Amino acid sequence: MNRRIVFILVALAVIIPMLLPVSLPVSVSEPTQQLYDYIDALPAGSTIMLAFDYGPASLAELNPMARAVLRQCFDKDVRVIGFTLVADGTTLASTIMREVAEEKGAIDGEDYVFLGFRPGGTQVMLGMGSSISSVFETDYSGNTTTEIPMMEEITNYDEIALLIDLASGSTTEIWIIYTNVRYDLQIAAGVTGVIISQMYPYLQTGQLVGLIPGILGAAQYERLIDVPAKGMLWINIESFVHLLIVMLVIIGNIIFFTQRRREE
Amino acid sequence: MELFGIWVAALLTLCIYSFLYQDNPFYRFAEHLFVGISVGYGIVLSIHQGLVPFALKPLWAALTGESLSGLIKLIPIGVGLLFFARLSPQHVWLIRYPIAILIGFGAGIAIPNVLRANIFEQTRGTIEPFAAMHAGTLSGFGVFEAILMVAGVVCTLTYFFFSVEHRGPVKWLSKVGIAFLMIGFGSAFGNTVMGRVALLIQRVDFLLSDWLNLIS
Repeated sequence: MNRRIVFILVALAVIIPMLLPVSLPVSVSEPTQQLYDYIDALPAGSTIMLAFDYGPASLAELNPMARAVLRQCFDKDVRVIGFTLVADGTTLASTIMREVAEEKGAIDGEDYVFLGFRPGGTQVMLGMGSSISSVFETDYSGNTTTEIPMMEEITNYDEIALLIDLASGSTTEIWIIYTNVRYDLQIAAGVTGVIISQMYPYLQTGQLVGLIPGILGAAQYERLIDVPAKGMLWINIESFVHLLIVMLVIIGNIIFFTQRRREE
Repeated sequence: MELFGIWVAALLTLCIYSFLYQDNPFYRFAEHLFVGISVGYGIVLSIHQGLVPFALKPLWAALTGESLSGLIKLIPIGVGLLFFARLSPQHVWLIRYPIAILIGFGAGIAIPNVLRANIFEQTRGTIEPFAAMHAGTLSGFGVFEAILMVAGVVCTLTYFFFSVEHRGPVKWLSKVGIAFLMIGFGSAFGNTVMGRVALLIQRVDFLLSDWLNLIS
């Protein structure tokens, strides 16, 4: 079969459900529930860190979960420190934080702050263990970090209740290795589909307090906060594409075995 | 301006997806543009968010007499500049010093933390459920999970144990190990498919809603 036929079928499986929205049920998995419960149990005024460790190539899976987590935090009066270790994630992260903050009426500098990007990866993680303001002397807008109201009482990880790493690469493992082990920082992750499997061992040992697995996790989180958005819409479409893929695998196998029998 | 951005993004998306028909100049143009812009953006941002605040600003403050503590930055800057010794065949040996510092720091900071995060904690996680089983606090399914996990770890490790010939019981253990590996690969592949399809859905959503306004 010409592979272009498969491409057309996949395109149709995406476009038709998008034009004629169908709402399929989404059940919440335990790792997503764990993260939701953890944030839900935080007292108002707590501070979490949100690391946007992804670029535009992975925004399809990670943007919906970033928005969902931010909505829950702002609703719960949990303050958020955002930053990124990936250069091309800077504008993307800044835009998401600003948009959700405007939607929820959160104030820059009081309810949230976006520190921007710093190169160095591991050195940035270790540096913030001593002093966040020594690594990020200013926020993304150029305000001196120590003069930002919500940062006045925050020196390092000791004042951080949780770090959520939204990752498209290996950064979550590095956060665990350098900050969970060394500074006992509680870590959760939202990751792309490609690296979900690698995260489960850390979840089982408690090194991750929760996990949002790919676009499915984003949809689950939207259901938990009761704000259906792109995650819920896209996971419905995803189900149709998966159904098509399963059917193509079955048809391909039937054709393969039929042809082999004929040749014998 | 926003409309212009949407049109550029939409046309570049179509250029990239034109590869599904066959390789063509539009695809290659979009691909090269993406690589060029990503690298350029990364370099500029690294200069503004890394080089300027951590090296140039403190040095300038020291040179203008504002804060002499910035002079200490000359040491890491000097060591870092030794990387450029690579460009001169006569002085290429100097590059050993920054590399030695990087490897020394990297290994020193990584080894204890990696051992604890990836070996000790994972071993504890594998054994710990048996303590709960002994205390009688584990459910029936929990007991099954604990035994399955230990069986998976032992069998998979046996597959990678090459000091003994894989015959008899060792052969069967390693075969079970292969089965566990295959289940792991299958799970990873399934999740990868989910991720890749999500990328397609996001682009189609963009084309239909932001560009063509077919859906709200």
